[in-house]
Amino acid sequence: MKILVCISHVPDTTSKINFTNNDAEFDKNGVQFVINPYDEFCLTRAMWFKEKQGATVTVVNVGGTETEPTLRKALAIGADDAIRVNTNPADGFLVAKELAAVVKNGGYDLVLAGKESADYNGQMVPGMLASLTDFNFINGCVAMEVEGTSVTAKREIDGGNQTVTTNLPLVVGGQKGIVEEKDLRIPNMRGIMMARKKPLQVLEPTGAAASTSISSFEKPVPKGAVKLVDADNLDELINLLHNEAKVI
Amino acid sequence: MSVLVFADSTEGKFKKTAFEVVSYGKKVAEQLESNLVVLTINATDASELHKYGATKILTVANDSLSPFNAKQYAAVLTQVANKENATVVVVDSSIDSLYLAPIVAVNLEAGYASNTVALPTSTSPFTVKRKAFSNKAFSNTVITTDKKIIGLAKNSFGIHENPAEGTTENFDAEIATSGIKSESIERVTGKVTIADADTVVSAGRGLKGPENWPMIEELAEVLNAATACSKPVSDLGWRPHSEHVGQTGKPVASNLYIAIGISGAIQHLAGINASKVKVVINTDPEAPFFKAADYGVVGDAFEVIPQLIEKLKAFKAA
Repeated sequence: MKILVCISHVPDTTSKINFTNNDAEFDKNGVQFVINPYDEFCLTRAMWFKEKQGATVTVVNVGGTETEPTLRKALAIGADDAIRVNTNPADGFLVAKELAAVVKNGGYDLVLAGKESADYNGQMVPGMLASLTDFNFINGCVAMEVEGTSVTAKREIDGGNQTVTTNLPLVVGGQKGIVEEKDLRIPNMRGIMMARKKPLQVLEPTGAAASTSISSFEKPVPKGAVKLVDADNLDELINLLHNEAKVI
Repeated sequence: MSVLVFADSTEGKFKKTAFEVVSYGKKVAEQLESNLVVLTINATDASELHKYGATKILTVANDSLSPFNAKQYAAVLTQVANKENATVVVVDSSIDSLYLAPIVAVNLEAGYASNTVALPTSTSPFTVKRKAFSNKAFSNTVITTDKKIIGLAKNSFGIHENPAEGTTENFDAEIATSGIKSESIERVTGKVTIADADTVVSAGRGLKGPENWPMIEELAEVLNAATACSKPVSDLGWRPHSEHVGQTGKPVASNLYIAIGISGAIQHLAGINASKVKVVINTDPEAPFFKAADYGVVGDAFEVIPQLIEKLKAFKAA
C-alpha cells in the first residue's frame, strides 16, 4: 500500500497570534512551527499501517523552504520520503489542486490528511482533494482498518459515530481517535539522524489558482473584566445570568 | 441569480443551525438583490423554514439519501445550484455540512469560505469575515470566483424570525453513485449534544476523578446542557473523547459555557471562546480562565456545584 500523508506547517498550539504589515500578514516572529496536530494523528496511523501490514509512507507539504524542518520531523517520526510543492499555500482550493497533481502522479492508494489545519481551519483540503482525484472520501475519521482494498472506518457524527465501508483508493480527513494522543510518536535521536538522509523532493507547482484571498486580519475585541461573585452568594450568579446575560 | 441555502436535517428534524442559515441567507439575498432558494433533503416538515424568511423551498425526498452521504448530498446541491443559477451557496457548520461543502466547491468551481461569522462586509469584492488561527483571530477573506460558498459558523449570526409566504416544491434529484456505504450508526439518545446545546457544562482536572462527574451531569441536566471536558480529562480517560472541547477537540459556540475546575490553557480558551457568555468556577483566583470569563466564582467546586444545583432547581421551579 502506498500512503501519502499531507502535512501542514502550523504555529504551535500555544502560540500567541499577532499580525504585521498593517494586519495584512501573520507575524511569524518568535512563533514555533509544528506538524499540524490533526495531521500528526494521521502520520502515526500511517506508521502503524507500515509496521503491521507493510506500506510506504510519503509525506507532502505545499509551501516554501521554511516548511522543510517540519517535513524532516515527519521523516524522523518514520515516513520514508517527503515531497514539498514549492509554492505559497494561498488558500485551501489551491493546496488541494497542487496535492491532486501529486496524488495522480504518485499512484497512492491511501491519502491521510488532518480534517483541518490549526492555522486557517478551512476544513476543506481533504474533501476537495478527494473530489479532484475521484477517490473515495471519509471525513472526521476516528478509526480505520484496511484489508486488501477494503476499508472499514468510523467517522464522528453529531452525538455519536457512523461505521462505513469503502474501498481504496481513498482520502481520509482524520482527527483524534484515528490514533490516541498517547500513541503519538516523538522523534528519537536515531530517527532524527536517519531523517537527514531520507529523500526530500521539491516539486514545482502546477500553477493552480486560488479562489480566495485574505485582505486583512483582526484580533478579537478585548473583553471586559470578569465579574466575580462570592461563593456564598450564588443567588447573585443566577440573577446575573438571568437578568443581565439573559442566558438562563 | 439566486442565493441557495442548504437547511441540514438529521432523521427528518432541522437543527437550530438550519434556521440560522436560512435567516442568514435571507439577508445575503437582500444584499445581492437575488432570490432566496432553500433546499432540504428528507426533512419531515420543510414549511417550518418559512418562519425564518424562506420563500421558495425545494424538498428532496428519497430513501437512497438516508442516512447522510456526503457525495450524494453534494451532487443534489450541485444540481439545484445549477438549475437555480445560484451565485452564492450557504451551508451551516454541522459535521455533515463540513463534509459535503468542499465537494460542492469542486463541483461548482466555487471559492469556499468556511467559518464565516457575519454577513458579507462587501459584495464587490465579495468579502466575508472568518474565524482563523483556531478562534484566536479573524480573517477578512475575499472570494474571487464567480460562484461562492459560505460556511456559516454556528451561533455567529443567530436565528431571526422573519415570516414569509412561499412555495414548497419537490425537486427530482438524480442520485449519484457513492463509494461509501453506511453499515451502522451509534448515537447517544436523550442527551443534548455539544453541537446543538445552548448551554455547555464543562469540567477539568479540578474534579479530581471520574467518580465526581455525577454532579456535573446533574448540573447539566438542570440547565438542559451538554457535558464537556478539558483535554487532560479526556486524555486520562475520565471522560470520552467526544466530550473533549478545545483547540484540538470539539469547538463550542454555545450561549452559555460553564467551566468548572478548568484553569484555562490557551488551547482550551481558543476552542470555547466563540461562546457568548462564559462562567468560571475555580479554587485558584490566578487561573487564566478568569481573564477570559464574563462571570467567575472563586471557590471549591465540591461546595459550589451542589449549592448551585439546588439554587438553580429552585429558580427553575419558581
